[in-house]
Amino acid sequence: MSQVFRKEVRFSGSGGQGLILDGIVLARAGVLDNYKVTQTQSYGPESRGGSSRADTIISDGDIYYPEAQNIDILVALTQVACDKFIFEMKEDGILIVDNNLVKNISVSIGKIYEEPFTEITLEKLGTELPMNIVTLAFMVKITKIVSEKSLEQAIRDSVKPMHIELNIKAMNLGFDLAKKYL
Amino acid sequence: MAKEKKEKVVENMETEVVAEDTRKVVLMQGNEAVARGALAAGLDFYAGYPITPSTEIAEILSEELPKKGGKFIQMEDEIASICAIIGASLAGAKAMTATSGPGFSLMQEGIGFAKATETPCVVVDVQRGGVSTGLPTKPSQGDIMQSKWGSHGDNPAIVLYPHTVKECYELAIRAINLSEKYRTCVTLLLDEVLGHMREAVKLPDISNVRIVNRLRPTVPPEWYKHYDENQKYISPVASYGEGYRFHVTGLAHDALGFPTNKASEVAAQMKRLKRKITHNIRDLVQIESYMMEDATVAIFAVGICARSAKAAIKAAREYGIKVGLLRPITIWPFPDDAVKKMLRDVDTIIVPELNEGQLINELHRLTKDKADGKIIPIQRSDGEMITPTHIFRVIKEAH
Repeated sequence: MSQVFRKEVRFSGSGGQGLILDGIVLARAGVLDNYKVTQTQSYGPESRGGSSRADTIISDGDIYYPEAQNIDILVALTQVACDKFIFEMKEDGILIVDNNLVKNISVSIGKIYEEPFTEITLEKLGTELPMNIVTLAFMVKITKIVSEKSLEQAIRDSVKPMHIELNIKAMNLGFDLAKKYL
Repeated sequence: MAKEKKEKVVENMETEVVAEDTRKVVLMQGNEAVARGALAAGLDFYAGYPITPSTEIAEILSEELPKKGGKFIQMEDEIASICAIIGASLAGAKAMTATSGPGFSLMQEGIGFAKATETPCVVVDVQRGGVSTGLPTKPSQGDIMQSKWGSHGDNPAIVLYPHTVKECYELAIRAINLSEKYRTCVTLLLDEVLGHMREAVKLPDISNVRIVNRLRPTVPPEWYKHYDENQKYISPVASYGEGYRFHVTGLAHDALGFPTNKASEVAAQMKRLKRKITHNIRDLVQIESYMMEDATVAIFAVGICARSAKAAIKAAREYGIKVGLLRPITIWPFPDDAVKKMLRDVDTIIVPELNEGQLINELHRLTKDKADGKIIPIQRSDGEMITPTHIFRVIKEAH
């Protein structure tokens, strides 16, 4: 059987960090790149706080089970999320954390990227709200899971018109942060 | 290899979508697909009380229905919601509501009333976890039996169960079409995961969607009978405000709709309600057979569990295990014939479901050999999904 392209991405942290929007934007970008895509989420009944995660699966084959089981790319924005989901990663997976929020990484994993995403977002953009898009853009630049053009279009399609400008700035900030690793 | 073979057979697919998709691929949520499907089927009226995980259906219809001249009302609770859609339907509207388990429980009285009065309408139940208010954001398949037996008395049940976002769209159309065709309340059951899941889908142009409208009376008002005993199962239906006079009551009623205790008239009503299902099984029942041609092990599952099953089947086939899936798309009426054939054809049947055992009892009803270990349950009701790995392990043990 020819090897199908299939990547499982999980965005994890706490409710209110914008993780589900990350999952949706990535899924939308995957659709623009002509992949098959599923996007699911898990969260509690509260609108802020509590653990939250969003899974996006991008593949060129059919996707039956829509949740990530062998995670290729994990974005973890709380210590709890990192401790929990690192064990669901592939050995050669890519882990991306905010190193102000995640201090300990308990096992070794393929590649680990640590940046103070929340702090940098607040410093450069005057608000920490678009930290999710900074992180997402950083991940896309590193992994090339979708094209940068589709990511930008997906952001434009997913946020309210009044917030597009800020989120595009956030995307560019994420791309810039990734450059030193490339 | 196996994958290239015809691997999917949907029986009785008188599909509501008559032409290939032409529009571009979009990312869409299951709940949104339900709302879009209902609009495509000609929905005129929605009344509901928002509840996770169904709320997006109400949100989208509150925006979209008024644009096409329809009406959206947020009611004070679910009892009022079901009553409002029954009233709207009696006035001629295609009407729908959406809820989750707790609201579905409250709606049962109204659902029975809609069925008894043969008033077309659709109830969407996006199931969530738990007894009572349970787990608002977690999946469960706990309402399978409620969708059949929730309302008292021998009421007819037509219940459809999608497993992809695209199917949410198609079955929302079909639910409205069947409600119109059979003059009854049809239920669309979703899993929380599917309601909230986004998937890449192509939707058809609305001009390619087959739409069914209820039969209208051709007789003058003075000859009109709301439940015409000369019609076989489904008689034409007039709307309030058109000059036709009829009475609507949940009490057993005669052809004009007035209460009756006369055994022959009550029997006629009960027979009609029953026969609209039993005499139309071929039209109502849809199933998907997936890799069943050579299967010795079968999985019997609906909704999200069928997706886990397909992933497990793919893995097991690579090990050379002949395993397939039988998936009811219509769960009520239950696909007895297809299940009996499966019981004859395979050695083992695995039944994964997100509850403490509801579908499996229907299989037990259809087999004499309950205790021989042929039917293996996988049951989970803790708010988490049954994974492909779990099903794969059971397939390997059973093989």
